[in-house]
Amino acid sequence: MTASPRRIPDRLQSSLERSLKSWETLLLAVAVAIFVINSFSSPYFLDAWNLSDATFNFTEKAMIAFAMALLIIAGEIDLSVASIIALASTAMGAAVQLGVGTPGLVVIGLLVGVFCGAFNGVLVTRMGLPSIVVTIGTMSLFRGISYIVLGDQAYRGYPSDFSFFGQGYVYWVISFEVVLFACLALIYAVVLHKTNFGRAVYAIGNNPVGAEFSGIRVARVKFILFLLTGLMAGVAAICLTSRLGSTRPSIAFGWELEVVTMVVLGGVSILGGSGSIPGVVIAAFVMGLVTFGLGLLNVPGIVMSIVIGGLLIGVIALPRLWEKYRS
Amino acid sequence: MSKRLLLSREALLVGAIILLLALVASRFPAFITPSNLANVFNDTSPLIVLAIGQMIVILTRCIDLSVAANLALTGMVVAMINVALPGLPVGGILAIAIGFGACLGMINGVLVWALSIPPIVVTLGTMTIFRGTIFLLSDGAWVNSHEFSSAFKAFPRAVILGLPVMSWIAIFAVILFSIVMARTTLGRAFYATGGNPHAATYAGINVGRTQFWAFTISGALAGLTGYLWVSRYAVAYVDLAGGFELDVVAACVIGGVAIMGGIGTVAGAMLGALFLGVIKNALPVVDISPFWQLAISGGAIIIAVALNAKATRAKGRIILKRAENAT
Repeated sequence: MTASPRRIPDRLQSSLERSLKSWETLLLAVAVAIFVINSFSSPYFLDAWNLSDATFNFTEKAMIAFAMALLIIAGEIDLSVASIIALASTAMGAAVQLGVGTPGLVVIGLLVGVFCGAFNGVLVTRMGLPSIVVTIGTMSLFRGISYIVLGDQAYRGYPSDFSFFGQGYVYWVISFEVVLFACLALIYAVVLHKTNFGRAVYAIGNNPVGAEFSGIRVARVKFILFLLTGLMAGVAAICLTSRLGSTRPSIAFGWELEVVTMVVLGGVSILGGSGSIPGVVIAAFVMGLVTFGLGLLNVPGIVMSIVIGGLLIGVIALPRLWEKYRS
Repeated sequence: MSKRLLLSREALLVGAIILLLALVASRFPAFITPSNLANVFNDTSPLIVLAIGQMIVILTRCIDLSVAANLALTGMVVAMINVALPGLPVGGILAIAIGFGACLGMINGVLVWALSIPPIVVTLGTMTIFRGTIFLLSDGAWVNSHEFSSAFKAFPRAVILGLPVMSWIAIFAVILFSIVMARTTLGRAFYATGGNPHAATYAGINVGRTQFWAFTISGALAGLTGYLWVSRYAVAYVDLAGGFELDVVAACVIGGVAIMGGIGTVAGAMLGALFLGVIKNALPVVDISPFWQLAISGGAIIIAVALNAKATRAKGRIILKRAENAT
């Protein structure tokens, strides 16, 4: 594993040049290209209501992706997010059977998410276990609990005002989920890029030992990040359950991969230490446009996942191939 | 000191398996008859073979989440070949399965070696690509039992000296790879690259190439298991072995293979697989619904990882904990 020789440039790039050559700009170009290709390939694409429907493809996953991005920047990972959605949804479904109303359901969903996140956080920060294996374990554990509770049945009978979260519109074509997505994007962007907490996240990802000795309470920050991931999974569970109107143990199956894909596609290094929220936002749009466009062309879901898998590898491989080709 | 730790880990596992068997046998003595135990071993053979491959990959500080998709794709390929060319002898089918699986593993290996893409990203991507390719090949159709040639189906079930051929293949794999890991330079290179990649590089071991071979071996074993699986269940379809990669990682972790790399034995992987196999076969006997299986394997992973961490923690205060595990 020899490192490539580092070159110190004679002249630093100007700020405009740097932002033009950044990952986010490349991704934005890809997003525009996909939008254009889609408009030509299907006559149904450029319709306001269809585009609004397209947003449902990615808003819930993107909400989790924001918290996951922070976690990955800090050098950890959480593969149990989809299973937290399943467990939170199961808890809400069970509450509905007991007659709980919409405010109670929201509280339960969020609490279950936070509790699962705390479980992950304690195992990783207190007991020092590697997060990848812990979350592979909790991924099975949480979804397994949902299977134990529900088996092959489904919970239905959610109150009608609960469906506003996933199916309601705030104004014309703008759905509640899009508004929530935009607000969360703003909040996470401010937290990560403008606050001390965000700088601590970057510091931990780049050099945890240095961060610890600089006075950052690494264990506490990581615990908070796991809590946040669990909370976002709870939020996504509320939106998704409200949109589907029912709960099965297999809800959101495979979503952890799509969330990680969204985060890595957004320019966050899987090894930690770098990444940005605007990148994740654009990546969310890219993935949403691709899946929606392919869906309009009647491409089966499993073939769509080939495209997503290829996108994930290609997006990381191409810059490295370019580097090798240049040197 | 460390040799004693490793010895005690395998011994602990053997003890745990015997305890499990005793627990089940106390209520259902028929469970520990030799023929039933042979059945359990036969049932667990695919998991044993895959766990050996995954152990080698985890040893080198990588992870292979695409084994189940590899298994399914290779299984579908040999199934379709058998349907098209029923006269092809089983030896040829085995060669094709192992070769094709090895090629799929090489794809993972090349991306990790040449482009230095983190293995978790590579295998997440190839997992979805392989699964999607099964759909493209078969167009969603299943290959059913009556379409296979009888030789194809009979081979793993043929009984030699009291055990089916599939169990002998697993036993052979365990013996072969025990020798490879303990006696060949390649085996020692696996341990070296995982234990300390920088030192290994300075000792003349090409870390990237060693990881490439780890993925190739894992792929070849997955290909072999693909044929065994398809032949044993006499069916091939897109979702074959869905989610099985988690069971494989669980078997390795329970068997004492450290996710940080460098620690693990073939015997440990086999015992971890057997532990999961005994649980899976005992559940229906004890009348626990199969829906409990997912939660149990998740819980087993978490407990095993916690025990792993306790065992490898050095005595005394470590102030630079991350540096101890640093690359």
